[in-house]
Amino acid sequence: MKNPFENLDKVLEHRIRLQIMSILVANDGYEFNALKDILGISDGNLASNIKALEREKYITVSKSFIDRKPNTKYKISERGRNAFKKHLDALEAVLKQQK
Amino acid sequence: MKEAHEYEKDLASIRSMMERSAKFISLSGLSGVLAGVYALIGAVAAYFVAHYPISAFDYRQYSINERDTFFKLLMIAASVLVASLTTGILLSNKKAKKHGLKFWTPASQRLFINLAIPLVSGGILILIMLFTGHFGLAAPASLIFYGLALIQASSNTFDEIRYLGFSEIILGLISAAVPGYGLIFWALGFGVLHIVYGGIMYNKYDK
Repeated sequence: MKNPFENLDKVLEHRIRLQIMSILVANDGYEFNALKDILGISDGNLASNIKALEREKYITVSKSFIDRKPNTKYKISERGRNAFKKHLDALEAVLKQQK
Repeated sequence: MKEAHEYEKDLASIRSMMERSAKFISLSGLSGVLAGVYALIGAVAAYFVAHYPISAFDYRQYSINERDTFFKLLMIAASVLVASLTTGILLSNKKAKKHGLKFWTPASQRLFINLAIPLVSGGILILIMLFTGHFGLAAPASLIFYGLALIQASSNTFDEIRYLGFSEIILGLISAAVPGYGLIFWALGFGVLHIVYGGIMYNKYDK
């Protein structure tokens, strides 16, 4: 039998990145500050994890101005959605094997 | 490599983040009960303005032709609406604070927009009906549009809101079929149903 651990996504094994992806999968875009509020983490922590997801092209960024304040919104990409699904399947398989 | 229970935590956090980010879970059930109470008080006031001394359960033949009566009813309806919205916002805000959450989140914003679209269009239609003298279908229309608004908004909050929406629509349709009893159906839909569903939600989520 194939080792299900091999299918786990290295980038998504990180809890905060996984949580960011979960939010973006369930919503049509989410802002930086709203992500920060719901995750309860610092600017720097969120920014570095978002960078990691951006590097994998799992999420896309759109910057705009609302009332002259910069507004950064993130969306999940098709690639990100597939990766998230694959990671979920792998998680399931891992847990099933250990039972 | 992580431990097994770490993976279980991963799965749990996925579920909770998907839910919390998309749903407004600070909606107060108690405010639903209070909105129902305001509506019943409003309905009693409206009965004395428009119906009295005929029994509320009897068919009312004449329509609201005096301007004075009409504006009094409009004022009652507006007061009930403002009191309910204020209570809902205040209590939900309090509940959010209690759980360490924010009131104004992407989920609550979406909830308000989804509520507002059917409510505003229905509200304008009803005002047009009232000002052009078509009083008969105003109460059923308000129930039906409110029900549609709730169903529309329910994807961003608790499932009970969806069932409340269906109940309002069914009540509105029955009310449209038996004209003359608008006030009774209005009191059932905005009073009794709010108290029932608000109570269920209070028991389930507020405590």
